[in-house]
Amino acid sequence: MASASAFEYAPAPESRSVVDIAPSYGLFIDGEFTEAADGKVFKTVSPSTEEVLSEVAQAGAEDVDRAVKAARRAFEKWSALPGSERAKYLFRIARIIQERSRELAVLETLDNGKPIKETRDADLPLVAAHFFYYAGWADKLDHAGFGANPRPLGVAGQVIPWNFPLLMLAWKIAPALATGNTVVLKPAETTPLSALFFADICRQAGLPKGVVNILPGYGDAGAALVEHPDVNKVAFTGSTAVGKAIARQVAGTDKKVTLELGGKGANIVFDDAPIDQAVEGVVTGIFFNQGQVCCAGSRLLVQESIHDELLDSLKRRLSTLRLGDPLDKNTDIGAINSAEQLSRITSLVEQGEAEGAERWSPACALPSSGYWFAPTLFTNVTQAHTIARDEIFGPVLSVLTFRTPDEAVAKANNSQYGLSAGIWTEKGSRILAVASKLRAGVIWSNTFNKFDPTSPFGGYKESGFGREGGRHGLEAYLDV
Amino acid sequence: MSEKTDKTEQQRLSVFKTYKLYVGGKFPRSESGRVYEVTDSKGKWLANAPLSSRKDARDAVVAARKAFGGWSGATAYNRGQILYRVAEMLEGRKDQFVREVADAEGLSKSKAGAVVDATIDRWVWYAGWTDKIAQVVGGGNPVAGPFFNLSTPEPTGVVTVLAPQESSFLGLVSVIAPVIATGNTVIVIASEKSPLPALSLGEVLATSDLPGGVVNVLSGKTAEIAAPLAAHQDVNAIDLAGADDVLAKELEIAAADNLKRVVRPQAVDYSRTPGIERLTAFLETKTVWHPTGALGASGSSY
Repeated sequence: MASASAFEYAPAPESRSVVDIAPSYGLFIDGEFTEAADGKVFKTVSPSTEEVLSEVAQAGAEDVDRAVKAARRAFEKWSALPGSERAKYLFRIARIIQERSRELAVLETLDNGKPIKETRDADLPLVAAHFFYYAGWADKLDHAGFGANPRPLGVAGQVIPWNFPLLMLAWKIAPALATGNTVVLKPAETTPLSALFFADICRQAGLPKGVVNILPGYGDAGAALVEHPDVNKVAFTGSTAVGKAIARQVAGTDKKVTLELGGKGANIVFDDAPIDQAVEGVVTGIFFNQGQVCCAGSRLLVQESIHDELLDSLKRRLSTLRLGDPLDKNTDIGAINSAEQLSRITSLVEQGEAEGAERWSPACALPSSGYWFAPTLFTNVTQAHTIARDEIFGPVLSVLTFRTPDEAVAKANNSQYGLSAGIWTEKGSRILAVASKLRAGVIWSNTFNKFDPTSPFGGYKESGFGREGGRHGLEAYLDV
Repeated sequence: MSEKTDKTEQQRLSVFKTYKLYVGGKFPRSESGRVYEVTDSKGKWLANAPLSSRKDARDAVVAARKAFGGWSGATAYNRGQILYRVAEMLEGRKDQFVREVADAEGLSKSKAGAVVDATIDRWVWYAGWTDKIAQVVGGGNPVAGPFFNLSTPEPTGVVTVLAPQESSFLGLVSVIAPVIATGNTVIVIASEKSPLPALSLGEVLATSDLPGGVVNVLSGKTAEIAAPLAAHQDVNAIDLAGADDVLAKELEIAAADNLKRVVRPQAVDYSRTPGIERLTAFLETKTVWHPTGALGASGSSY
């Protein structure tokens, strides 16, 4: 994409040799890798090359039952362990993740398609940090504000998405284990590998058998897990449509449920914002992980008086982004996770054009194999446009304008979602006033897409319920 | 009215009260024009209560949504003052509620008196929570980086509450006070069999500085009114306290349509001081981040 510049970047690929991917993997149940009951397998491919990375056992309902039984057996002993012992297991896991972080970063980039610079500098440090953070809670639950001696729920059934495979695993497994629950986790069908490597980390850490079970598979395995009568807690991160289906499935049961669903985050830039910083924040907000982020700032709300100036800067900045080999350390934009996701993005973008919005992308050569989508801007977007309402989950930014802070708030809140928002202004009182009026669970002012294990994350409205991270994240796994 | 009055004024015929809904700060009859007979525990006729329709339920949502901005935007101190004012007003009309609770639940006058006392005390308890819950469940987070962030609880929005069926006054207050204490607005469906204390509570709320629409009281068939509210796209949460298991499941499924926050029915001893679960059930946590800048690694050296 940087062909316009005078000097080309030399390739700076990260070595693949640090990771050893086996030709096939089983399900991880009760501390053992095992075949699926019906012997089914599926292939996982590298989105940037379409190369088959490995063949993975595909869990079905029978495997789910087996894993839940193993988790139930393990629960008795695990929940009875002193918190300080559970803490030590989690600290061990955190340390092993740090030791193996380069290996896991490369693996994640291969299986997911995201740039190595993101897996190495964002995903993996956060994964380790989550285990460290929740390790420290395991022996302090009496002090967490949920009364004395809060109890675990039992077996947690967890279903996670493909956009941050290992990070979402950490968000789910660390608090579950710290509070004394055992887990059955289903990673997404396009990104099962890092969860299976995590199974090996559990083995290295000496974690008792059955405490963590990993079931790669498709939606049917996820549904079987959610429906299983012996699952006490359901945690799901993914699409709002599936979230609603889960909310219906658990109705009338005793299952506790938390849902982290979609978003259509507004990034609001006021006329007194530092433009260069705002442009960086807008870019981070929507092009981080190819925009495949539920809290992405996919709607840019820019004050009318600085619209042209901001758009010029933004387009200039987009022209310097480098799209290509995710293993190259200089790559900013990697591959879209799957052919299916690419076609979803493509069709929504076509709809945006059909509805009259103006499409723009920098000059950008796409690799000939793999799943790729150029960073894309839409201007002349109105609130009624599909691309301003539906979550695209790709590197596509819709630009709208506003004149007054009230209008900015009204437009930002005009969404079924309420996960994230951004505010860019030099005026502190405006930040606080606007932040207090936005109906969203995470608000970044003069920054965007920052995460930390100590900080609660989760949505208002149809972005789901419950919070992950921080003290709040414990509640989802305790009988309170 | 009482025997004494009858003795001194033999001809005096008591004045009955027309029980009405409380919606948007006003006292409408049901839009449907329907009523149903409310009897005491022995089957004696007490009054005709409005039999609310789906339209009444929708009107109540409109009123509750309209009131939300002002109520959620009021200071916690102000909300606490108003909740305490409700307790003051209740105290002054205690005799009426003792009579109504005794009739509704078949209690002796002294037992009903204890229930009403406990109910008033419950309002006072929640009045004190309005400006404390944020400190208990919110706070600053120690972020690893040059940022600070704060997690603050905020009200979820418009909440539908199915009041407990048996505890017509203490149970009722125990489920609506926490909802409004945190800045939500509420549509409450009174106990189907014993709605009169709830309808009279509306009269108290109307004279307690509580903005119209913050609490809306409907009476009638719980299942009939709850169905459109559980499915309503502008309702953010639902407390199923007064639903049986079959109805609760049905409503929870309807509530999934816009991912309402759901509180399932559970066995609650309303005479005990509640925990904060019903306060936090209708709160969202908002985390606001901001860069801190840096003055250098070591900072001041004093």
